[in-house]
Amino acid sequence: MGGEVRQLLEQIHRFSRRCLFRVLSMGPLPTHLAFIMDGNRRYAKKRGLEDGSGHKAGFSTLMSMLQYCYELGIKYVTIYAFSIDNFRRKPEEVQSLMDLMLEKIKSLLDKESIVHEYGIRVYFIGNLGLLNDQVRAAAEEVMKATAKNSRVVLLVCVAYNSTDEIVQAVKRSCVDKADRDTERIQLVDIEENMQMSVAPEPDILIRSSGETRLSNFLLWQTGNSQLFSLDALWPEIGLRHLVWAILNFQRSHSYLEKRKKQL
Amino acid sequence: MDFNDPMLALSSWIGQVSFLIGDFGLGLLWRFIHIVVTLCHIVSGIFEAVESYAISLGLIQKYSSIDIEKLKCLAVVVDIEAARDVSKVVELLQWLTTIGVKQVGLFDSQGLLKKSKDMILEMVPRSVLLQETGEKDTSGIALEFISSSDNKEAVVKAANILFQKYLKSRHPGKDEGENVFTETHLNEALRVVGESVHVPDLLLVYGPVRSHLGFPAWRLRYTEIVHMGSLKYMRYGSLLKAIHKFTGVRQNYGV
Repeated sequence: MGGEVRQLLEQIHRFSRRCLFRVLSMGPLPTHLAFIMDGNRRYAKKRGLEDGSGHKAGFSTLMSMLQYCYELGIKYVTIYAFSIDNFRRKPEEVQSLMDLMLEKIKSLLDKESIVHEYGIRVYFIGNLGLLNDQVRAAAEEVMKATAKNSRVVLLVCVAYNSTDEIVQAVKRSCVDKADRDTERIQLVDIEENMQMSVAPEPDILIRSSGETRLSNFLLWQTGNSQLFSLDALWPEIGLRHLVWAILNFQRSHSYLEKRKKQL
Repeated sequence: MDFNDPMLALSSWIGQVSFLIGDFGLGLLWRFIHIVVTLCHIVSGIFEAVESYAISLGLIQKYSSIDIEKLKCLAVVVDIEAARDVSKVVELLQWLTTIGVKQVGLFDSQGLLKKSKDMILEMVPRSVLLQETGEKDTSGIALEFISSSDNKEAVVKAANILFQKYLKSRHPGKDEGENVFTETHLNEALRVVGESVHVPDLLLVYGPVRSHLGFPAWRLRYTEIVHMGSLKYMRYGSLLKAIHKFTGVRQNYGV
């Protein structure tokens, strides 16, 4: 009986969501949404949970948010999963995060996973050479397995830094141009070689846990993005936060479009 | 009991009704939701204005003293429309001088403030142009004028410096890139092309939207970004509050 009630509630929730999204889509919707998933450790501490539970709760929130985004019709979602700076955390915590990532990356290949449900193409963006062999291999396998999907795109930034991305793009442009005997690098060369060039610039960037900085995430790509800093910790983020961000995006949309045309 | 069938039936019925109501009805509902959102913003705006006046009058104790030493470098991003009104920018700079801020980077994407540089330096008392080297003038406020050309174009110029280095150092068949392409090298190359190394601790955005509007990416890594609303209706109390809040922030830099 409990299971059936849960099922009914889930059906009602899904239905209400559809109605809400139908109304929201009367206005402009973002094409690309980015998340900085901050606050997992603080959440675990706040709830008195053991270390690592915060990240598991955070993963669950991530799956819900992805579902809402793709139901709404947002084509690109980028998440800041692991920064190059995070390698400086305690080795046990880094290892536990790598183990969790490996488990979750592998689960993306399951037939019941969200990847198959929504036809998601997954990219892993970052300096993948810094990851251990297992995680890197799993990431590459997922990218290969989802390469033919084209409905929606998930970009997972792991071992990523904006400044590292810029340096790698400069390096790739230079090495490429040197082979072709060109004299100068142009802006278009660097932009083509940015790992994030597989997606358009983000329309919205949401950071949870109330921090107002970008922490070296998508600095190059967010010149025209609306930045949101939500007080809730990442595992506490829900549909209402997403809806609020989109409503505010819709209010600012004409200003941001005008700015893009001016540049 | 399977609840799917009734839900499907309800879903289908709603679909038919919506088709009848059509986009017009949904559009009305959408507009209504946006009116509610606007009302929320108006109410929170009123609260902020009242708080700001209270702060300016010194009624709120905690804002009466600010540890300004923590704010080494402030950047102000100004929307293009606002940048045309130089008098408001000058007034803001005078407030910042009063608060005790020593170094301010002024950014607008099209470089309008750069063009008005001389006028601003003349109108803001004890203001000087920020120099990268040399002794800092501690009595006044050092100003830097930044625009979009200091963002991606500067990185392109720096990239070409590294490119030349790479061409000179490489051997055929062996990639020497590791010694040429690092963050330190790009940082140094940016310095050579004249892109300042002053990394802002705090970025105040004066415009309709919270966005850094293309401020030089290389400098934004750990900068706190605060939206201050429109420059035309800027408030001294809100400025104090933003700076005070910044002095309370503790960063762990990802660790």
